[in-house]
Amino acid sequence: MRQPSLKKLNDAYAEKFGFSMPEKSVLSFDFGLSEKVIEDISNSKKEPKWMKDFRLESLQIFRQKPMPTWGPSLEEIDFEQIRYFIKDTDVEKKTWDEVPKEIKDTFDRLGVLQAEREFLAGVKAQYNSEVAYSSLQAELDEQGVIFCSMEEALQKHSDLFKEYFAKLIPAADNKFAALNSAAWSGGSFVYIPPNTHVKRPLQSYFRINAARMGQFERTLIIADEGSSAHYVEGCTAPVYSEYSLHSAVVEVFVKKDARFRYTTIQNWSGNIYNLVTKRAKVFQNGVMEWVDGNLGAKMTMKYPSCYLVEEGAYGEMLSIAYAKNHQIQDTGAKMLHLAKNTSSKIIAKSVSIAGGQSNYRGLVFISKAAKNSKSKVECDALILDDQSATCTYPDMKISGENAVVEHEASVSEIEEEKLYYLMSRGLDKTEAMTLLVAGFIEPIVKELPLEYAVELNRLIELEMEGSVG
Amino acid sequence: MSVLKIKNLQVSLNKKNILDKIDLSIKNGETHILMGQNGAGKSTLAQSIMGNPNYSVKGEISFDTHSLLELDPQQRAALGIFLSFQQILEIPGVKIYDYLKLLHKKSHEKKLTPMKFKAFLKERMEILSFNEEFLKRSLNHGFSGGEKKKMEVLQMLVLEPKLIILDEIDSGLDIDAIEAVAKAVNFLKKEKKSSVLLITHYSRILNFLSVDHVHLLSKGKIVKDGDGLLVKQIEAKGFAAFLKE
Repeated sequence: MRQPSLKKLNDAYAEKFGFSMPEKSVLSFDFGLSEKVIEDISNSKKEPKWMKDFRLESLQIFRQKPMPTWGPSLEEIDFEQIRYFIKDTDVEKKTWDEVPKEIKDTFDRLGVLQAEREFLAGVKAQYNSEVAYSSLQAELDEQGVIFCSMEEALQKHSDLFKEYFAKLIPAADNKFAALNSAAWSGGSFVYIPPNTHVKRPLQSYFRINAARMGQFERTLIIADEGSSAHYVEGCTAPVYSEYSLHSAVVEVFVKKDARFRYTTIQNWSGNIYNLVTKRAKVFQNGVMEWVDGNLGAKMTMKYPSCYLVEEGAYGEMLSIAYAKNHQIQDTGAKMLHLAKNTSSKIIAKSVSIAGGQSNYRGLVFISKAAKNSKSKVECDALILDDQSATCTYPDMKISGENAVVEHEASVSEIEEEKLYYLMSRGLDKTEAMTLLVAGFIEPIVKELPLEYAVELNRLIELEMEGSVG
Repeated sequence: MSVLKIKNLQVSLNKKNILDKIDLSIKNGETHILMGQNGAGKSTLAQSIMGNPNYSVKGEISFDTHSLLELDPQQRAALGIFLSFQQILEIPGVKIYDYLKLLHKKSHEKKLTPMKFKAFLKERMEILSFNEEFLKRSLNHGFSGGEKKKMEVLQMLVLEPKLIILDEIDSGLDIDAIEAVAKAVNFLKKEKKSSVLLITHYSRILNFLSVDHVHLLSKGKIVKDGDGLLVKQIEAKGFAAFLKE
C-alpha cells in the first residue's frame, strides 16, 4: 500500500468540514491562564461567589498537578498559547430565528441539520465557548425536564446545580479536570424528573471556531429515579494549523431504576488535543450506557467511567476509535463495581490507518463488597496498513467473591481474500475497504441515531478515499 | 464471435504448475461444462479468468476485444465477467440490501429509483425462492452452505454479467435449489444472452440446462471435448475410463 497523501486527505477534509466563519466575539481575553482571566470569566457570567472561589481553587490545583505521563505524550501542549474564553454572542438566543446567520450556516455545512430540524426545539448548540442557541422543546417543559446551558442552570436552578456539580469529578481528579473546573464555559445541564421518559434524543452540537481557543465545556446530567433519556453530542471542527485543546468534563447521575444513554460522535480537526473526563454514578438497578465514537483530533484521551455504587447497577460502553494520519486515539472505559450483583460490558472497536494509532486502555475493578458481579470486555482492533498500530492495556482488579470476568481481544487486518472477493463483484479497492471497515464497526454504528450512523458511514467513506492506495 | 478466448494458458501457484497449454473459446450465448477430478485445475482456470492475484498466469485470455491479463478483478467484473466462488466468504456487518444496491450501481449505467430497484430485486429473489428477510442480514454471515450458494447466484442476477462462471455451484444443494439456480442461469441466458462456463461434478443440473460443449480437464490439461452426451458417459463410466484414452 502506498504512502497516503496527507495533503489530499486534508483538502478533502477542508472541503467538507474545514471552513471557518469570521470571528465576531463580543468579549475575548488574552492568551494564557491567570487569576485575572479566571475572575474575568466568572465576572462576565455574573456567577455567585462560591463558583468564583471554586474556579480559583481549581486553578491552584491545576498548577500543582503534574502532567499525566502514563499515556501518550502531552508535551506539545502550551497552556500559555491558549485563549481561555470567547463569548460569541452576548446574549443567549431564545429562538432559532434569532440565531445569527453565520452560525446557522455553520450548522448547515455540517450536514447534520436534518436531525436538528426534526428535533429543533430539543437542540442545544454550542458555538465557541457559550451556548448560542437554546430553545426548550415544549414537550420537555411539559414533562418538567430541564435542558439548558450550564450558565443558565447555575442562575435558575442553583440548588440542584450545587448539589451535584463537581461531586463526581472533583477538580483534583486530574490535571485536565482541574483546568476545566477553573475555566469551564458552556455545556449542557440536564435534569430528568422521576419516572419521566424522554423519547427523543436530547442533542447538542459543539464547535470550536477560533484558533488557539481552548474549549472547556462542562456537562451535568441527573436522571432521577425511574426516568429514562438519551443525550447525543456531536462535534466537527474547522481545520486549523495551530494546536488547540478541548478538555471537557461530563458528570452523569443515574438514580435508582433510571436508564441513561450518552452518545458522542467526536470529529475534531486534526490539530486538537481532546482530553475529556466523563463519569457516571449509577444507583440501584440503574443502567448507564456510553456510546462513544472518536474519529478526529490530533490526540484523544478519554475513558468514560461507570461507578456502580448500588446493587444491580449496570454500566455499558460501546466505542469506536478511528485513527488516521498519525492521530492517537487513546480511549477505553472504566467500570468500577462497588456493590453486589452489579454488571458491566465494554465493547471497544478500533480502526487504524495511514500511521494512526489506536490504544484501548481500560479498567475493570470489582471491590470486595461487589459480590456476584459480572463484567465482559471485548476489544477488536483492525489495522489497515503497516504504518499503523494498536495497543491494548486492559487492567483488571478483582477482589469480590464469585466475580465473573471475561476479556477477549483481537487484532486483525483486512483480509486480501475478502478484498478480492468484493473486487471480483466490480467494486474498486476503496469501495471494498470501506465496506469491510463499515462492516467491522457496524455493531456499534447500529446503536447510533440514524442521522449519525449515516454521517459516520459517510465520514469513513471520505477518509478511505483519501487513504487507500 | 467468441466472447472468451483462452490461448496457450499456463498457470502456477507458488511456483507449482497447475494448468498447462489450455485453449478454450466460448462464443456468445454458449454454455460450456468443465469437468474433471479433484485437483485437476478447474477452479484455478476459473480464478485465472477472474484475475485472482495469487496465481501467476502466462498466455492469453481475451474477452470481447480486451486482453484480460493486464486487468485487475474489478476491471474484469466491469467488462461483464462473474465468478461464483467455491469458498464463499462471510462479510459481517455489510447489509445485503445496501450491498446489492451498490453492485447494481456499479454494473449498470442507468440508475433505478428505489422503488424500481426493489421490484428488480424482488423478481430475482423470487427466482431463487429467497425470503425478503434476507435483505436485512449481513452478507453470507451465518448462512448455511446452500444459502451462501444462492446468495452468489443472487449477486449474479443483480450484476447481469455477459460471462457467467459457476464453480461447483451445485455441490451441496438440494434438487429444488439446483433447479432454482438453473432457472437463474436460464433467465440471464434469455434476457442478456449471457455465456456460461459451469464447473460441476454432477449431471443433475444439466437436466435443467441446455449444454453446447463439455470439456474434460485432467492434470492441468484439457484432454477431451464433447457435447452434452459426454457428461452422461463420464457419469456412467467414471473419469478413469476417459483418461486412459
